[in-house]
Amino acid sequence: MSDPKIISREEVVHMATLSRLSVTEDEQELFARQLGDILAYMDVLSRVDTSHVEPLYSPAMHSGCLREDEGICHRKREDVLFNAPEADDSYFIVPRIV
Amino acid sequence: MSDITSLSLTQVAEALQRKTYSAVEVTTSCLARIDATEPNIGALLTVDREGALATAQALDEQGPDPARPLWGVPVTVKDALSTKGLRTTAASRILDNYIPYYDAFVVQKLREAGAIILGKANMDEFAMGSTTENSAYKTTHNPRDTRKAPGGSSGGSAASVTAGQCFASLGTDTGGSIRQPAALCGCVGLKPTYGRVSRYGVIAYGSSLDQVGPLTRTVSDCAHMLAVIAGHDKRDATSDPRPVPDYAASLNIRPLKGARLGIPAEFFGNGLAPEVQAACHKAMDAAATQGAELVDVHLPHTDAAIATYYIIAMAEASSNLARYDGVRYGRRATHCSNLEELYVRSRSEGFGQEVKRRIMLGAYVLSSGYYDAYYRKAAQVRRLIRDEYLAALDHCDALWAPVSPVTAWDLGSHADDPLQMYLMDAYTLSLNLAGLPGLSMPVGLGQESGLPVGMQLIGKPFAETELLSLGHALEYIFPPLAVPPCN
Repeated sequence: MSDPKIISREEVVHMATLSRLSVTEDEQELFARQLGDILAYMDVLSRVDTSHVEPLYSPAMHSGCLREDEGICHRKREDVLFNAPEADDSYFIVPRIV
Repeated sequence: MSDITSLSLTQVAEALQRKTYSAVEVTTSCLARIDATEPNIGALLTVDREGALATAQALDEQGPDPARPLWGVPVTVKDALSTKGLRTTAASRILDNYIPYYDAFVVQKLREAGAIILGKANMDEFAMGSTTENSAYKTTHNPRDTRKAPGGSSGGSAASVTAGQCFASLGTDTGGSIRQPAALCGCVGLKPTYGRVSRYGVIAYGSSLDQVGPLTRTVSDCAHMLAVIAGHDKRDATSDPRPVPDYAASLNIRPLKGARLGIPAEFFGNGLAPEVQAACHKAMDAAATQGAELVDVHLPHTDAAIATYYIIAMAEASSNLARYDGVRYGRRATHCSNLEELYVRSRSEGFGQEVKRRIMLGAYVLSSGYYDAYYRKAAQVRRLIRDEYLAALDHCDALWAPVSPVTAWDLGSHADDPLQMYLMDAYTLSLNLAGLPGLSMPVGLGQESGLPVGMQLIGKPFAETELLSLGHALEYIFPPLAVPPCN
């Protein structure tokens, strides 16, 4: 087992902020412990020699599929707005920004 | 259980084509089976009774069509797949009232083939979990023993197929989410090669890992389903253009005799429950007796695969799930005074704990100062893992290995320890890292628990034909398990 990695409550709050999440006091404590355990486990990777290894970001076997940049209308405005929590006939509505 | 619902998909599809049964008759039998089993199993989040019967009626009016291989066959699909006009939640509160206005590519393919969609199967929220207990809505029980978990994340799909509610289901597999519940419930599950099946309309989790695939009661059924859903789709840039073979017609091309099956030594070490190990060894002996040649292979980076996988999956999840902002669809928090508060509160109220953990860790491993140590490093190890799988497959027809280190466990027994839960995925997630196909099927029962043990055949990219054909041959030794009573 790897050494325990100490994650502070402040770091949990920072991760939550990056993620646009808020965490309660109770969650801060729980997540600090759980995320610390998980990150400590991840240290297994530091023992793997990866010098001169190119990262593999996708296992796709074919080359990229470029297409002509042509405008098409494949979604109707009313369909796109159908699931919006708040909309008028034309737009999504959000709280005042400026 | 009626005679109809205990048939295989292959059998019922033939009977429907011959008009032995009408589509309405078969659909009605499945709905009755759902009514009888759902109180104990809880496999489904939504049952579309009216829609299914209306489709069946319309099909009956047109009459059977040999060009539609699933004509009149009732199926369920995981709630991560968009279904036009039918609520789709990914088992998350944040999508509580989401009704897609388009079908996922695979759902469209099912409909074109004449299948009838009975409902949406339960899952771990956003497919994050290995027990289906992370669903925001309900607990799914294993049909072989209702005190046990069905596995996950496609646990609702596996339970629904196993309980005889439908003839097949579609799941998604990001790190084992089709193969592991299939193993724990005792049915067949296939994760196709990355790129074989389009993910258009699939609610995304880890985009370099996600694949859609079938769960069925027999290997032949699985071949019929894959033939319908595979194929190129220009709306998914990772969809591969190569042609789709006739999987069902090729089921007999690979006899077991003379087949070289690689057995990865690393999968039989610490952590493998003795009863699973014993069942696997018994299965391997039986296959060897039938002429299969078992060879030792080595996958030395197996012990780094879990960390590699979770770093990549969480990074991709944090990016994919950024779209849930309470603006265009999904849950919106009320009485927010500004946009930032709307984002934060909508997400915090809408996501469950496991989803929050993964998003936060994903943001962390991608953040400045940690990116190289975690995300880039994991991507490098990913290449090593893929290369060693391809090297092992170079001199074998397939690899053959356990799917889950244990048989189905008690519901609630892993609730407080996410890391222990992640370790359960050790045998399945490397295939997603490498993009390889894997076919999970039952090969026996654990001596202690009496519950199913699954093994997976692992193939080269796009070797689904070989896997299905080898699986079909293995089915003569390990016949499909019967539909259990579920009470």
